[in-house]
Amino acid sequence: MNNTNLTAYEARKLLKSKEVSSAELTTKALRQITENNEKLNFAISIELDYALKMAESFDKTACKGVELNSIQGLPIAVKDNICTVFSKTTCASRMLKGYVSPYNATVIDKLSDSIITAKLNMDEFAMGSTTETSYFGAVKNPHDIEKSPGGSSGGCAAAVAVTDALMTLGSDTGGSIRLPAAHCGVVGLKPTYGSVSRYGLIAFASSLDQIGPICKSVKDTAMLYDAICGHDKRDLTSIGREYPSALKCLTGNIRGLKIGVPDEYFTSDINEDVKTAIFKTLTTLEKLGAELIPISLKHAQYALSAYYIISSAEASSNLSRFDGVRYGYRRDDNSSIEELFVNSRTEGFGDEVKRRILLGTFVLSEGYYDKYYLKAKQTAQLIKSDFQNAFSAIDVIATPVSFNTAPKLNQKRSPVSVYSEDFCTVSANLCGIPAISVPCGFDKDSMPIGIQFMADSFREDLLLNTAYAVETELNLFQWARRESYVR
Amino acid sequence: MCDNLISNIGLEVHAELSTDTKIFCSCKNEFGASPNTNVCPICLGLHGALPTLNEKTLQYAIKMGLALNCSINSRSEMARKNYFYPDLPKGYQISQAEKPICENGYLEFLSEGKVKRVNIERIHIEEDAGKLIHSEGKEQSTYIDYNRCGVPLIEIVTRPDIESPRQAKDFLETIKSILSYLEICDCKMQEGSIRCDVNVSVHKDGEPLGTRVEMKNVNSFSGVFSAIEFEQHRQFEILKAGGTISQETRRWNDAQGRSEVLRTKENANDYRYFPEPDIPPILLNYDYLNSITIDKSALPNLKAINYYLNLGLSQTDAVFIASDNELKQFFDLCNGIKQDYSNTTAKWIMTDILKHLNKNRLALSQTELTPEYLIELISLIEEGTVSSTGARKIFEAIIANDSLSPHELAEKLGLIQISDNSFLENLADDVIEKNEKSVTDYKNGKDNALGFLIGQCMKKSKGRANPALISNILISKLNK
Repeated sequence: MNNTNLTAYEARKLLKSKEVSSAELTTKALRQITENNEKLNFAISIELDYALKMAESFDKTACKGVELNSIQGLPIAVKDNICTVFSKTTCASRMLKGYVSPYNATVIDKLSDSIITAKLNMDEFAMGSTTETSYFGAVKNPHDIEKSPGGSSGGCAAAVAVTDALMTLGSDTGGSIRLPAAHCGVVGLKPTYGSVSRYGLIAFASSLDQIGPICKSVKDTAMLYDAICGHDKRDLTSIGREYPSALKCLTGNIRGLKIGVPDEYFTSDINEDVKTAIFKTLTTLEKLGAELIPISLKHAQYALSAYYIISSAEASSNLSRFDGVRYGYRRDDNSSIEELFVNSRTEGFGDEVKRRILLGTFVLSEGYYDKYYLKAKQTAQLIKSDFQNAFSAIDVIATPVSFNTAPKLNQKRSPVSVYSEDFCTVSANLCGIPAISVPCGFDKDSMPIGIQFMADSFREDLLLNTAYAVETELNLFQWARRESYVR
Repeated sequence: MCDNLISNIGLEVHAELSTDTKIFCSCKNEFGASPNTNVCPICLGLHGALPTLNEKTLQYAIKMGLALNCSINSRSEMARKNYFYPDLPKGYQISQAEKPICENGYLEFLSEGKVKRVNIERIHIEEDAGKLIHSEGKEQSTYIDYNRCGVPLIEIVTRPDIESPRQAKDFLETIKSILSYLEICDCKMQEGSIRCDVNVSVHKDGEPLGTRVEMKNVNSFSGVFSAIEFEQHRQFEILKAGGTISQETRRWNDAQGRSEVLRTKENANDYRYFPEPDIPPILLNYDYLNSITIDKSALPNLKAINYYLNLGLSQTDAVFIASDNELKQFFDLCNGIKQDYSNTTAKWIMTDILKHLNKNRLALSQTELTPEYLIELISLIEEGTVSSTGARKIFEAIIANDSLSPHELAEKLGLIQISDNSFLENLADDVIEKNEKSVTDYKNGKDNALGFLIGQCMKKSKGRANPALISNILISKLNK
């Protein structure tokens, strides 16, 4: 197999025509993952034996004339907060170091014919925007190892960028799929809330979390989304409806598409290179027949505060189960049950996780619930109606993913300044709508820039097609295919 | 108990629902299985696992809501109650807070000779927690059994309308009888199927309600009675001495018959309730709500009130019969045949019938006794056809599964009383003639001589003489 920087979509064609076997694809992916991981630290567990065995057994059944569809036989890697029985699921926390789940997440069951190769590094419990809060160390950006890949699914974005035919599953609570995708020059889709089952995803903020694909190309992204979406009766927030194939909607034709451009997302905080790249992209789309319409989302400025209150509140409750009693990290020499709770949690969680638990506990406390949690929920409702109103007149909304390109690692920054990275992404989670990040250019240091599109619920087709037009027209993808990124 | 001091008692009753499976997963809901065998990722609270909702739980809660005259909310919401305890695997209990499934009802029941009404604030659904088992001996280990995690509960919360320990106990007995009538709880007290928290406050007549003290861990109805008595007394004493009651949570120790402080107001738990994001609001449409019905007229509390007020049964008999489905139906059928006999019917049920059923561990349906037979039997006594002693013999024959009717049995067993006047006159003459001494005694004012003479008549007639008639005949003859 001589192809380099192969997309999953291309690999699938080769697999179908029997030009390549699953074992060959998997072997190559595993080799790249293992080699690059030494420099980039994007994987927590690499399942060499398991993946090869699965690929070989796939090849055997495939030979007997199994109809190849979907993403069978292709290498996949998943964020380490998605439960798997065949590999550890650590959530990048000391709390769950070595933990093996007794059950598979629904998305893992749905990918049973794909080859899961690795569990990927992330911010601890998905809390962070740089992948620096991982107990297993920060992930490095393949475009510049001094820089962060973004977070919290930084491991996914980094792995995808440097591994042939690899597709990954990340999770997105406030931008955790889109931000690393933008910083690493790959595609990331946060699907509509309720379109992908959360069963088996270690919850950070249950009302905002959503699993989604991070892949090399828009086609790969659509392919993986098609494979994982759908109703799951084990998740009461999962929505039962038709899920037409997103891949089949990729025409690149966006004639007549109404693109809303909200003022509020182009403030003075935005980096000039980012701004230029985004507007250049929008102009390109206009040339393709799309209509640019200035809009206003007037509560956008409150989204970040509402998001951090709601997500921390839910997190404080979701993470209560890690108490050292049944499993996970436990300090043993305690004189009381209270000490066991306190010591195990103090030592098992990292600083950022503890900060969110404290914040969340505070905003739910008696006397503060109405002032913070309830207000945040009401604010989210206002933001939602802003978006609903906007979607009555336009098809998609275009914004930056982040005001900046990838930040340097190991900066001493205040938590609030780190939280501000999520300004552009959190609204989609608060509204439950789908959003995609697709590469649209580079800054003066050749670091990738992403553009974000948001659409109304279950309009993944619109998002992916718009992103496909960007990808095809800007032809950035060729750049992303250069021999080696790792400097 | 103490002049011009009034107690206000509120109860929070937890009842385990007897559904086949747990509230949020499909694990079996059964008592007594080996520890940690009825568990799965959901009820063990493993991260990533998500709850589903057992529809039976809603049905059962709505039934109880209807029985307690609540309004059923077409939109209710699950909420998380956050606290740390080793038997609570998720670190929160999924319960209901602001929007419970049932609200604003009331319960009327018999207590202290009156119809008492207690307002119901709410009924909500929630999951039970696991059980801690502390090993004895020097090892001092604690084991945790998570089988009970996720067993569905309803919590019934009353307004502080109860005024005495007796009323509290009667309230609980009534709740138990309703749960049992609706077949939504197996009501096994020893298995903890019904548990109770008690709130007590005391205030002077004419003043606002006093400070509330909560007592946890009260696991029997007699415990509730004693716990309230103890707490009333404790608060009375404090107030009499000029002190103030502090808001606190106490733990009832049934063995020692006293309560001790568990938490003061300062270190009270803040449960940080918020809507459960994993379970969308529960929306019940009109058709669904209409599909859940109960037969209100057969509710044990309403039956008991009817028996007591309209049929004149004693409170004890009324409550007892109304609380037992089979006895209640039997009694109602008897009553339908002849209402005049309702009191006698109740007496028969409460004495001979129950004694027999209990002794032989039988259900009424396992005997030949039918409402028709019992009424016929009572008629035989009332009409003087058989004596009460004779009736008892007939009853024994019926329950020994003789299929003959009471009248047939009376004839077969020769128990029909003789009321024929000339026969009785001859009998009286004969006895008077042969017992001169007793006749003299009677005339000298010894009343028990009459009893002896009646006895002789009965003996001579082999018990068949109508005792009332023979007594009258004897008296008139002796007084001549």
